[in-house]
This record gives sequence, C-alpha cells and structure tokens, in this order.
Amino acid sequence: MEFKDYYQIMGVERDASQDEIKRAYRKLARKFHPDVSKASDAESRFKEVGEAYEVLKDPEKRAAYDQLGANWKAGQEFHPPPDWDAGFEFRGGGFTAGDASAFSDFFESLFGEHMAAGFGGSGARRSQAHGEDHHAKVLIDLDDALHGATRTITLHTPVVDKQGHVSTSERRLNVRIPKGVKPGQHIRLANQGSPGAMGGRPGDLYLEIEFRPHPLYRIDGRDLYLNLPVAPWEAALGASVKTPTPSGIIDLKVPPGSAGGLKLRLKGRGIPGSPPGDLYVMLQVALPAADTAQAKEAYRSMAQQFAFNPRSGLGV
Amino acid sequence: MTDREILTGLLLDGESSLTLGELSRCCGVHAELIVEMVDEGILDPLDSAHGGWRFSGYSLLRANRALRLRRDLGVNLAGIALALDLIDEVNRLRSRLNQLEAGG
Repeated sequence: MEFKDYYQIMGVERDASQDEIKRAYRKLARKFHPDVSKASDAESRFKEVGEAYEVLKDPEKRAAYDQLGANWKAGQEFHPPPDWDAGFEFRGGGFTAGDASAFSDFFESLFGEHMAAGFGGSGARRSQAHGEDHHAKVLIDLDDALHGATRTITLHTPVVDKQGHVSTSERRLNVRIPKGVKPGQHIRLANQGSPGAMGGRPGDLYLEIEFRPHPLYRIDGRDLYLNLPVAPWEAALGASVKTPTPSGIIDLKVPPGSAGGLKLRLKGRGIPGSPPGDLYVMLQVALPAADTAQAKEAYRSMAQQFAFNPRSGLGV
Repeated sequence: MTDREILTGLLLDGESSLTLGELSRCCGVHAELIVEMVDEGILDPLDSAHGGWRFSGYSLLRANRALRLRRDLGVNLAGIALALDLIDEVNRLRSRLNQLEAGG
C-alpha cells in the first residue's frame, strides 16, 4: 500500500495550525467538489482531500499520523509498524460507513479498526423496516436515448464487516434504458437497494442518466445542437446541403443570405419523447483555403468586386 | 438474479413523479427539509391537481446536489440556491463554449 502525505495533499506545512488546515480544506473542498468542478479528476481529488482532512483536523489522529515520521514520501510502499498507535485514543467521530468506504487502504490500515465503534451507531438506525435507497450514475450514449437500449452497469456497494473494515462488493445489473431519456433524469428500480431489515421491504435503486459527449451533437435536455459548416456561396446564395441528423442524412435548405451563426430549427428531430426535442443546426461559414493559383485569383477577384469592410462595426 | 435478467425501471419525469414523502425518503432527510428547500426556491414542485406536491426526477437531482453541498461545504440553503443557479449557468455557458470551439 502506498504512503499518503496528507500535508502535501492539503498543501500545508507539517507545523500548520488547526486553523490553517481548516482554511486549506475549505478552499480545496470548494475547488474540487464534484458538484462544482468539471475537472475529470475532481471526485478523486475531493475524496483525497476529505481523507486528509479527516486525519489532520482531529488532533488525536494527527498526532498519531505525525509520529509515523516526516521521512515518508507520498507513494512510497507502506506498512504500519506494529503497535504504531499504542497510547493513542481515537473517538469514532461523526463518520458514516458511506464516507469511510471512499477512503484509501492507507487510511483504512491506520484508522479503520477504530471506526468500528462509529459504525455501531449507523447500524442501529437500520432497525427501521425499509432498506436504504441507493443512488448511482449510469453513462449512456445518445444512441441509447434515441432507440432505447439495455446497459449492463456495475455497482460497487460498500460492505462493513463485523470488525468495522470496509470493502466493496460488486454487483452487475442489466437495465433497460427507455427510449427518450434525457440527461439528469432518474430511473427508479424498485427493490434494488439495500435489503430491508426485520421483514421490511428493500430500498430502491435510483439511476441518474448521464450522457457521454457525442462527436457531432451537443445535448441540452431533449434538444440537440449541430454545427454545420457551409461554403460562403452556399450561405450567400442559398443551397440544399446534406446534413446528418440522428434519424439519418437529410437535405437541408439553407436560405439565401444566411450569415454565419444562423440557427435553423428542425422540429422533433432531437431525442424522442412527449414533446420530442428539436435539432438545432448552427450554420458556420467555412472558407476554402487559398492554396492554388486559381483559388488565389478567385479571392483577388472577390476583393475587387466587393466593397466590403468587415470591420465597419469597429469604427475603422 | 441471473446475468440474463433485464430490469425495467420507472423513468421519473412529468408523468411519473415523486411525492413529498418519496422524495424525502430517497434523499434520506425529513420532509421538513424538503419543504424548506421548496421555500428557498431550490426545488420546484410540479403543478398538481390534487393539492399534494409532486416532484420530478430533476428535483431529486437538485435535492441530492443541495444535500451534498450542505454536508461537504457547509453551505446554508440560501447559499445552495445561489450556488446551484450559478452552477447551472456555468454549465450552460461551458456547453455553449465547447460547441463554439468545436465549430471554430
């Protein structure tokens, strides 16, 4: 298992005060909160920071961590020395099994067993009849929403054993993705959450739908947006141009005098549903390269024929 | 359960929505907190003919986000309402930006 340098993760010195640690945590937590940050590693950074704070904010855990010594480097192979924590007293704190399961093996090896007492509390709450509801995200492709699909999802459920150790159990479910789902919608799978206690019914599993980015279309609710490059003469004179749509290639009429950025709406060509989404086509004028003598001549002749100042709006 | 079995869930949208009780149970909080979130404008109940509140799946998403922000960052409900609106706005702008950059 790798050693984790909690001070480095938190970006503070080893002799930082509790206040400094708290301020550093607040800052990093805001920066990497997965609901706020879109960085791809936001979630793992956020968990890492949370784990570091869990240790450093607690003077007892921090003191125990400190006496491992300052010579450890992040990523170094680590095994806790025997009786490393002799003489330290830990309190469970306001910890839940769900939070602890996100922590690293490193944390687990140091503080795992001491959390067992804390878990007792959450176990007691389970006496209620209903099993807990679970939440998970499922990533789908636009095609799945257009036609419906069956996706296999793998769920990692934290399991706490009698010693308070947390491990994850894997569960695979085949789930039907209904035609017409849009981003942010939820699918409720009845009785797929935690088993109920004392004969109660199991909890439900809620799947939040998220789309993988599509190479052509931007997805906004059930609406789709497509950038369609057009030649200057197509935009100026009007034309019928081939356009991809989710239901196949169509001939799109570009009206004469379409300036760049013109938005055309194709009603009902987005994600199906009631009402179905629309497909918005954004025209973008693409200029041909002036890479041959003929092409250069054509541009020169345009320059002569047009009294065109594209910068008139800038007052120059 | 076998590997072959295919589960069909209920899609939460305008037609199949959640009651106040279901939403609070899904989020693992008391109904009072959901009511406070409605008062703060974080959640918007659907128009309902029968008096009782109904919530869309989007409310579930918002409520869970709100609860995570509250738990993880210690933001109060007014702050959460502001943060969620700003996050939505940033996401809209970012998605527009991606679109424009991809086209450019």
